[in-house]
Amino acid sequence: MGAILLRRLASAVPILAIVSILTFGMIHLIPGDPAAAIAGLSATPEQIANIRRDLGLDQPLMSQLIHWYGNLFQGDLGRSLLLGQPVVEATMQRLPVTVALSAYALVITLVIGLVTGIVAALRQNTWIDQVAMILAMIGISLPNFYLGLLMIILFAVQLRWLPTGGYVAFTDDPLGWLATSTMPAISLALLLAGLLARITRSTMLEVLRQDYIRTARAKGLPSRKVVVKHALANAMIPITTVIGIIVSLLISGSVVTETLFSIPGIGQLLTQAVLNRDYPMVQGGLLITTALLVLVNIAVDVCYALLDPRVRYDGA
Amino acid sequence: MPLLDVQNLTTAFQTQRGEITAVEDISFSLEPGEILGIVGESGSGKSVTALTIMGLLPRPPARIAGGSIRFEGTELTTLSQSRMQGIRGPGIAMVFQEPMTSLNPVFSIGDQLMETIRAHERLPPKALFARAVEMLDRVGIPSASTRMKDYPHQLSGGQRQRVMLAMALVCRPRLLIADEPTTALDVTIQAQILDLILDLRDEFGMAVMIITHNMGVVAETADRVMVMYAGRVVEEAPVTTLFDRPLHPYTRGLLECVPSLTEEMDRLVAIPGTLPEPARRPQGCRFAPRCRYAEPACRAGLPPLESYDPGHSAACIRVPELTRP
Repeated sequence: MGAILLRRLASAVPILAIVSILTFGMIHLIPGDPAAAIAGLSATPEQIANIRRDLGLDQPLMSQLIHWYGNLFQGDLGRSLLLGQPVVEATMQRLPVTVALSAYALVITLVIGLVTGIVAALRQNTWIDQVAMILAMIGISLPNFYLGLLMIILFAVQLRWLPTGGYVAFTDDPLGWLATSTMPAISLALLLAGLLARITRSTMLEVLRQDYIRTARAKGLPSRKVVVKHALANAMIPITTVIGIIVSLLISGSVVTETLFSIPGIGQLLTQAVLNRDYPMVQGGLLITTALLVLVNIAVDVCYALLDPRVRYDGA
Repeated sequence: MPLLDVQNLTTAFQTQRGEITAVEDISFSLEPGEILGIVGESGSGKSVTALTIMGLLPRPPARIAGGSIRFEGTELTTLSQSRMQGIRGPGIAMVFQEPMTSLNPVFSIGDQLMETIRAHERLPPKALFARAVEMLDRVGIPSASTRMKDYPHQLSGGQRQRVMLAMALVCRPRLLIADEPTTALDVTIQAQILDLILDLRDEFGMAVMIITHNMGVVAETADRVMVMYAGRVVEEAPVTTLFDRPLHPYTRGLLECVPSLTEEMDRLVAIPGTLPEPARRPQGCRFAPRCRYAEPACRAGLPPLESYDPGHSAACIRVPELTRP
């Protein structure tokens, strides 16, 4: 188990190395003079020169690279041009918001997706199955910004049950967090719940056909135990892969949702940084988000080993 | 009272081209401790018979279209799911053809054994563990107590089938159904598993229904044999009688297919043709299209199963003339 964790962590090193070099190079992909592009059209030559000096763009490329990695290893990703605060600090302020929202959306996705998928599989070809799969299809087809807008109109504008946007930290006021996070979380979750429901259904159907399910029933186990223990334990192996993808999609989906509901998370931070050509912020935000996604993938791999003894023994 | 009494059992499947019968009007019974061999080609209805008795066919599409299955006097065809669960395990247990896929890959064999006991009996954890180890030991798994935490992928095919047997027998069933238990195994392992089944039968006194397409397996194990063809019983006899004096042309064909070591043979004998698809079964005797003795009368109607000697019956209208000395 520990060996698997170590090996997966080690495999993250080359990925992060490649991503960090790409993020470093990103600023040089800007056509023309990066400093001029960052400064904008109305900037004076002095302002452009200042930016160039501040970002070290007047140095040779090699020394810029050494500087970049030197700072990176000290946990310094530069200073946001827009906010004036260190990139790491700005990101770490926003990160808990996105993580909390994503976790909430993930819980909704898992509950709706898994339950719908399992019930549909157990009632294959009945009206329950068909209704569940139609709902899943609607969930997949609705763009989340559109669903978010519809919910704002209904629950915030018409019924006035929930605020139209904004954010309250869970640690400040749990009920306020619930009120501000529920609509964004649902609009994030519904598409992914539809996806998960369909995949859970087909995986369960596949597993329920297996010989060992027949064996479990032949032993006289109650059907609840056959489904919950024997079938689900096997179905969770491929479903875990999908859950890993869903977590990545939740984090990238937060860009649109946070903007729509004015939630101060990573998504909103990065959107503003991109719109304002705040390159250090974009670079740092990308690097941190990527590292987060790599961690998610390592977690998925560890879950594999927990779920499947064959992985556990091959890996050890 | 026989242990198992099957009367006029018919199992049908709903398909897109209408209903087909996989098993049709079959009757047989088993006494306690008896070993019945069921032989026939793939698709003759042997496994469907076993799964119908176990209540393991998905309904729908499967349906018991008629007949009765009485186990120790209890009618199984109308039994509720929950009461059927109580019979599977301590009453009737089953081992399957595919040991490689019949064990759940994500649970240890000890877990799978102990949950079987737990489903039917209340035992303190220590006794539960001891009972599972004892059973593994009995089926010939070396150092059983340390192997309890092994997963199926760590065992060979023969060992997995031994574990399957341990799981089937751990609740001391009165009837064991073994559906092609050795087909997927190496020849040397096959004999070991068959011997093990015979030993366990002697030790536990259970009846065994052994399903196979291998006449050698039947000869080695069974007391009585039932030959099936295209969903129907074509012949039933005590094992020695069947080998000495087969009545039905299909049974003779099957026996001729067994290569002999003592006689010179130029090539292997085979029954010409193939088993008809359930939806395209011929009128009259279903074996007639492949039978070298078939005559027009054979195609007129289904031949009834007639008794010729005590315990020996066959479903062929030409038996009297073909067996005349």
